[in-house]
Amino acid sequence: MNHRVVITGMGIYSCIGTSLDEVSRSLYEGRSGIGVDPRRKELGYRSMLTGILPVPDLKGKLDRRQRLSLSEQGQYAYMATSDALRQAGMDADYLAAHEVGILYGNDSCAEPTIAGIDIIREKRNTALVGSGNIFQSMTSTVTMNLSTIFNLRGINFTVAGACASGSHAIGMGYLLIKQGLQERVVCGGAEEVNIYSVGNFDALSAFSVREEEPAKASRPFDRNRDGLVPSGGAATVILESYESAVARGAQILGEVVGYGFSSNGEHISVPNVDGPVRSLRMAIRCAGVGLDEIGYVNAHATSTPIGDRNEALAIHEVFGSHRPYVASTKSMTGHEMWMAGASEVVYSMLMMQGGFIAPNLNFEQPDEASALLEIPARRVDRAFDLFLSNSFGFGGTNSTLVVKKFA
Amino acid sequence: MNAEMIEKVNRVMAEEFEIDAALISPEASLKDTLGLDSLDLVDVVVLIDQNFGVTLKGPDFVGVTTFADFYRLLDSKIDG
Repeated sequence: MNHRVVITGMGIYSCIGTSLDEVSRSLYEGRSGIGVDPRRKELGYRSMLTGILPVPDLKGKLDRRQRLSLSEQGQYAYMATSDALRQAGMDADYLAAHEVGILYGNDSCAEPTIAGIDIIREKRNTALVGSGNIFQSMTSTVTMNLSTIFNLRGINFTVAGACASGSHAIGMGYLLIKQGLQERVVCGGAEEVNIYSVGNFDALSAFSVREEEPAKASRPFDRNRDGLVPSGGAATVILESYESAVARGAQILGEVVGYGFSSNGEHISVPNVDGPVRSLRMAIRCAGVGLDEIGYVNAHATSTPIGDRNEALAIHEVFGSHRPYVASTKSMTGHEMWMAGASEVVYSMLMMQGGFIAPNLNFEQPDEASALLEIPARRVDRAFDLFLSNSFGFGGTNSTLVVKKFA
Repeated sequence: MNAEMIEKVNRVMAEEFEIDAALISPEASLKDTLGLDSLDLVDVVVLIDQNFGVTLKGPDFVGVTTFADFYRLLDSKIDG
């Protein structure tokens, strides 16, 4: 039996805000969260551009053992998940009495890994790494920590799918609930934002070097884009079966109706057109909706020359003459990597709730591919009931989600 | 171990394990007072290394039950 899968809670901790209200305002106003971190230059980075966000102070919220084990992105994920569970009305008593799972996207733990290895190399004594490092260093750091903090007792693992991790995590949660294997799953994505996290990514010359104008650096689909801006934080959505949500009288915020995925099977870093086309078509087929019903496409577009071009061609191939609004919130947030697939569902949900489409900042001149799409450089005050969100990653992994306003 | 050293040991342990230092006495249980589990013993080793330049090993803790035992262990290592 297929179950409907609804969203009953959301939380976000990002460079454009650390609460749903603040993020919603930033999206509405088209506010950039990009800045510079001069320490990156000292480490030899080509670009010191990055999303700027505060590290939360969790003393008083979590005990010593919990804080000691929690990585930077785990801290962001804790904040986002606390808010999401609160909005969903799932308090400690509820979590103790009901089986809730967790699937979260994460694909690196650079800082604690480096810190631990540095101690081993210097001291030649592994004990001096301390007890918390292992739990911060594993790719599953977010799920292993949040499951113990929140007493989550359902499905529990991390989805590592490069820059599509957060989207795949929601897709997997959707499938488990749809099939009746889980009733409620905490889904999301997290990304660390520290000086060690993306040095090897900078090595590929993938980042924008428009350092003198941080707010103009991330310019998806614009002809003069010169690379992405790394960013991070965490985003959480609470997925739940429709039956469970109704039974406990929860407020239903939206419904996940489609998930599509594919792999390019070609180059490790250069995306193609065919893979994304198959992912989009699968998600739309799964959703069972018409192309003209999709009011907004939240593009993966990171502001790299080839990635944006190929995504524009893929969207055009799938949608043809339908031309929904297509915009990339990465123009404001930068590329939130493992978090992006989840955060962009939250951003799109906030826009759907607010009846607007946030601007694709810095879209000044289209190129041949982006000219095929309807890309708003300014905010569009227009309600929509259905959106599609793309996330693509290294290794050619593609994920597409379709989410509907609940009615 | 002199009073100054004992005060320092108590202070760093109380700060790390987030307890009231007044709860510490020579007769008090090290494990129960600090709320130590098996993971925390690793952090005790780190703490002592960082603050006293002495690297303890697992077997050193055999027979250590109270703070007085712990002071004696540190004494033997620091002097030794």
